[in-house]
Amino acid sequence: MSWLKKLTSGLSKTSARVTSSLSSLLGRSSIDASSIEEVEDALISADLGTAAAARLAERVRRHKFDGEVTAEALAGALADGITEILEPVATPLVPQPGDRPHVVLLVGVNGSGKTTTAGKLAQQWRQEGKSVMLAAGDTFRAAAIEQLQIWGERTGTEVIAGAQGGDAAALAYQALERARAQGTDVLIIDTAGRLQNRTELMDELAKIVRVIRKLDEAAPHDSVIVLDGTVGQNALSQVSAFQDIADVSGLIVTKLDGSAKGGVVIALAEKFQLPVHAVGVGEGADDLQPFEARDFANALAGVSSET
Amino acid sequence: MFDSLKDKLQDVFSALGKRGALRESDVDTALREVRLALLDADVALPVVKTFIARVREQAVGSDVLKSVRPDQQVIKIVNDALVEVLGSEPAPLNIAANPPAVILMAGLQGSGKTTTAGKLALRLRSRERKKVMLASLDVTRPAARQQLRILGEQAEVGVLPEADRESPAQIAKRALQAAQLQGFDVLILDTAGRVTIDEGLMAELREVKALTNPHEVLLVADAMTGQDAVTTATAFKQAVDITGIVLTRLDGDARGGAALSMREITGCPIKLVGVGEKQDALEEFDPARMAGRILDMGDVVALVEKAAETIEVEEAERLAKRMARGQFDMNDFLSQLRQLQKMGGLGGIMGMLPGLGKMQKQIAAAGIDDSMIRRQEAIILSMTNKERVSVGLLNASRRKRIAAGSGTSVQEVNRLVKQYQEMARMMKKMGGKTGAAAMKALMGGGMPGGMPGGMPGGLPGGLPGGLKGGLPGLGGGLPGLGGKPSGKKK
Ligand SMILES: Nc1nc2c(ncn2[C@@H]2O[C@H](COP(=O)(O)OP(=O)(O)OP(=O)(O)O)[C@@H](O)[C@H]2O)c(=O)[nH]1
Ligand SMILES: [Mg+2]
Repeated sequence: MSWLKKLTSGLSKTSARVTSSLSSLLGRSSIDASSIEEVEDALISADLGTAAAARLAERVRRHKFDGEVTAEALAGALADGITEILEPVATPLVPQPGDRPHVVLLVGVNGSGKTTTAGKLAQQWRQEGKSVMLAAGDTFRAAAIEQLQIWGERTGTEVIAGAQGGDAAALAYQALERARAQGTDVLIIDTAGRLQNRTELMDELAKIVRVIRKLDEAAPHDSVIVLDGTVGQNALSQVSAFQDIADVSGLIVTKLDGSAKGGVVIALAEKFQLPVHAVGVGEGADDLQPFEARDFANALAGVSSET
Repeated sequence: MFDSLKDKLQDVFSALGKRGALRESDVDTALREVRLALLDADVALPVVKTFIARVREQAVGSDVLKSVRPDQQVIKIVNDALVEVLGSEPAPLNIAANPPAVILMAGLQGSGKTTTAGKLALRLRSRERKKVMLASLDVTRPAARQQLRILGEQAEVGVLPEADRESPAQIAKRALQAAQLQGFDVLILDTAGRVTIDEGLMAELREVKALTNPHEVLLVADAMTGQDAVTTATAFKQAVDITGIVLTRLDGDARGGAALSMREITGCPIKLVGVGEKQDALEEFDPARMAGRILDMGDVVALVEKAAETIEVEEAERLAKRMARGQFDMNDFLSQLRQLQKMGGLGGIMGMLPGLGKMQKQIAAAGIDDSMIRRQEAIILSMTNKERVSVGLLNASRRKRIAAGSGTSVQEVNRLVKQYQEMARMMKKMGGKTGAAAMKALMGGGMPGGMPGGMPGGLPGGLPGGLKGGLPGLGGGLPGLGGKPSGKKK
């Protein structure tokens, strides 16, 4: 299945919801308040949050329709509105050849998909012919190191690991030293999941960043927060906290192959203007796809992407 | 802190006249706020809608405290309704079955199943002295089985040895046999996370359930879940008929609306909550705390509670003033009786007084109990307002009518009137003193219920006069008798 199909089939549950609520508006010649409320409700149900949903609904309300307002026209206007918000942030993750290595730090709350994403990124860049190294920076969770090591085997990537319970910052430092010595193109550092309000754990993350900067001031070149696609409004608090601690420079949203809509990225784009690099659409090594604003918007609004 | 609260309250007092019942417009104003609060807390939209509709029905026309804004009172009503929906009864794990009792863990990827399985094993072993076995059916996620094995070793429980190339169903069968043979009380089956729209994976879970006949099927869900909570909960309920929910990562700062969504959609209780990464960080679910967290309007809820208290204090102050002026009438007597009932009746108050156990018996022997207070209330309610203000009007025929109207006897009416007169007489004597002093004297002089005046074989001296500053926690004096906590004085 192509990534687009996969994403769309994942998201189509959303679009079914949005379109079915929009289809009740079919054939009306103008949009009344209750239709707008339906649009807003559909958006809230996709995790946009009340504020972003209201703004988008208002935008649709002010939209000048030619002639009759059909469900298609309405969905189209909605998709346009979403695209406009997301287009500026849809930026692929591209390691710069000048950085040797280009350091990618993966951060996020527990279970959001960091380790899997590390494996998927390794897979992608290996396939592009780059040399990649994985650093098992989660020294806390049971079997986290083994988990990354299996990803290393799957993707043919070297994994730098220490002992469980060891110092994550030291491990990261050591991995960076090694990657530099070997002239590796990309170093991907996996970290332990941590809730953003746990200061002692956040301090530990700050230390990882501090320590690798001793070797390379520009590192991490990408500090990516991995967000679970089922997350609700707490995503805003996550991004803001990780941004403060680890200078988050972009995000990856996972698990969009499930029933969740991931609409919170729209609220995030409005609030933080951070690049959205990619989406996770499965548990396999190839299930990572670049984030495409138009496709995501169409899928969310229920507009067919075939055209 | 209380100062500013008091200021706020006073502003509200002066801004508002008396209000009888909540009006529709008040309710709607407040519910608009509540709707937003719930949605921002990630309660799923359909759940918000039904919940709001239900509360609206409850709130419109209900009594309003005169000292809070009506919309604030609605929020208090919402809070109480939330607590109720979230769980009014404790929901213990059902593991009392013929061993081994099987617990099946299910949920989306990354929701916290494996960690929770480990925590649960520790809890059952250490708290309930159960012999527990853990088995991982997760053949999907790399190193998932190692993770569970390590957790099991840390919790010092049994772990099913791993074998190669087995399907989840095969592992489940082997685990059940092993648990039976080795005499385990509880078998906890951890499963791979799955998206609910994957029919194949949901069928696999159904198969495991059919094979192992679990006593508990726990849906493990992340407290940070958004609107998808409804879809997820519905799907797992339909596929494997979950028996309970475990909410993880409540140590985070998510408002946790998913708790309400899932509880409402499945009707299943939230049995446990995860509050940290350590193995003992698993707690019982606390509906009141959860409600406060979801609504995040604790200030308002506290304000209304405070106001309810304040009203009692106010009422007591009003009574004290009237008493001091010798204006104590039957309406005041009635008000006093009611406050007494609110405090949990005589029994409740006596229970709060240290060392009054003996007295309690005497009171009981004298036939003074709560039903008597209720009868006295009925008597006063059967009086006309004129009679209540001028008790002198109560001639024999009026007393007869009142007895009939209240379902009591003329003797009882007489006794009540006598009590009242005694109190009023005393109050006149106290006329020059301050309200508070009058109250203190009253404590020793005549409590509704007839202590000691009207009480046959009255308690000598009644309740010990001052009780040295009054009842603990109740300020000076009996509640409803005008005592008031110092510091709340305006
Ligand atoms: N369906 C689906 N599952 C995913 C995706 N990404 C990750 N997962 C699964 O989500 C679960 C958690 O992923 P991990 O990569 O272990 O997450 P993590 O952030 O490293 O977790 P911790 O290190 O425990 O904090 C695993 O079961 C993954 O297989 C995705 O895009 N789609
Ligand atoms: Mg990990």
